[in-house]
Amino acid sequence: MVETVSAVEAPAKAPATAPPSAAYKKWLSLRARDRFMVQAARALLLITFLVLWEVAPRMELVIPMLTSYPTAVWDGFLELLALQNLGWHISVTMMEVVISFTVAMVLGTAIAICLWLSPMLERILDPFLVVGNALPKIALVPIFYIWLGPTGSIYAVAIAVSLFITILMLYTGFNQTDPNKIKLARTLGAGKRQILSKVVLPGNVHTFMATLKANIGLSLVGVIVGEFQASKAGLGYLIVYGSQIFRMDMVMAAIVILSLISVAIYFVVQKAEAWLTR
Amino acid sequence: MNKEVASGWGRKAPPKVEFRNVNLRYFSESGETHAVKDMSFSVDQGEFVSIVGQSGCGKSTLLSLLSGLMRPTDGQVLIDGKPVTGPSPQVGFMLQQDTLFEWRTILENALLGPEIRNMDLVAARERAERILTSYGLGQFLHHTPGQLSGGMRQRAALGRTMCMEPDILLLDEPFSALDFQTRLAIAEEIGDIIRREGKTAILVTHDIPEAIAMADRVVVLSPRPGRLKSIHEISFDSLGPTRPSSMDARDAEEFRDYYHTIWTEMENHG
Repeated sequence: MVETVSAVEAPAKAPATAPPSAAYKKWLSLRARDRFMVQAARALLLITFLVLWEVAPRMELVIPMLTSYPTAVWDGFLELLALQNLGWHISVTMMEVVISFTVAMVLGTAIAICLWLSPMLERILDPFLVVGNALPKIALVPIFYIWLGPTGSIYAVAIAVSLFITILMLYTGFNQTDPNKIKLARTLGAGKRQILSKVVLPGNVHTFMATLKANIGLSLVGVIVGEFQASKAGLGYLIVYGSQIFRMDMVMAAIVILSLISVAIYFVVQKAEAWLTR
Repeated sequence: MNKEVASGWGRKAPPKVEFRNVNLRYFSESGETHAVKDMSFSVDQGEFVSIVGQSGCGKSTLLSLLSGLMRPTDGQVLIDGKPVTGPSPQVGFMLQQDTLFEWRTILENALLGPEIRNMDLVAARERAERILTSYGLGQFLHHTPGQLSGGMRQRAALGRTMCMEPDILLLDEPFSALDFQTRLAIAEEIGDIIRREGKTAILVTHDIPEAIAMADRVVVLSPRPGRLKSIHEISFDSLGPTRPSSMDARDAEEFRDYYHTIWTEMENHG
């Protein structure tokens, strides 16, 4: 991402000053070469990995059954597409991720705001929040399953995983709002709610975005783990199912799709961030 | 408005600002701090008063008391003869940092006060544009603070304060974040604006030359607990009957005497 930003900026500055000096041209071409090197190295790394992954199992250097290999994964992907209704599994997982992600963000933001508004409440709840945050939420999966059934437990785990970190990150951000800005708002007559809406919230857009980004990964973790425990659909189900019938190609294909999904959501959030911070 | 108070206090209108036997103690787990002790002085309408003292003398606390952010432990803080009960649009506060909100444009920053006070925003917007333009920021109304220099930011902050049309201005070392050159220029500019508009101003600073150059009177505080040590009337008769600009004042022959007297007083207190 950093690469593309500088790639846009550097040439944009060049035409601003009329005749670029020879030294500047040289610097620009060096920069361009640098960027190319980075891109090339990345491509090379990926290709090497894929080739090794393909060749080693085929030459029986590793057991193909354990590692699978890219062409088999591709075949597995096609097979999933044709026989297992892959689109449906993806949409089930996506749906679970989006819903629990949204719920965790909304609920977490609301709780963080309440804590900020009431320092007394924060002091009372602090130890419980610390425990809630430190507890590995995955440990709750069986309980959620018993209480809420297969579908409910997936949402519950995913929300539990991202909720506490949302509260903690946002509350910390709120508390680190520049005290001078708050003081200024108070001298202008702002009460607690106005300080919240005029100073604390607009001053924490970046905190909010950082929390969003952290939560993408976390709610995916929650959803997949939830699906592992008990589900009839979703990518997590495909992974467990594939491993039970020892179809590594199927497992790998599902994992590749998962990583593509998380990258896609990440980009959506990044777009939102660029738009919000202008 | 002041009538009932005025009648209570005889013929004379009350001073614009008055501290009457004010004491302030801070409490914390580790103990209590006597920050301001038996403070009594007053400031007249249209007067410019500087408060100097070493750090810990409670000078910023006095401004917090005046602006209604804090209540005195005992004693009275009065504006127009009435006790201060909370922040009022009548009092404008300029802090050490310009505290412009970087997510708002300069114009939107100036409108923060009117928004908070639910004032008529159309009128406030016109006022803000006029004030900022008169401070030389006309071309920068829709810029963000990050695009402005330190001096321009401080002028924008003054614009934000003035947009509330206060008649008392509290300046808490508002120039201390600026470099020396800008500091002198902005102090002069802001001093001129305040005098031209006939505002009552109280400047807190530890910069003695700045305090002398800008003020009609300099109040010296002694530290821990903050007490009134002395008050110096400042006048520059050698430069004629009208008050010189802060830049000219620095060159006046009386300037050095004032500086020496006040500096010695502050020094003696350790």
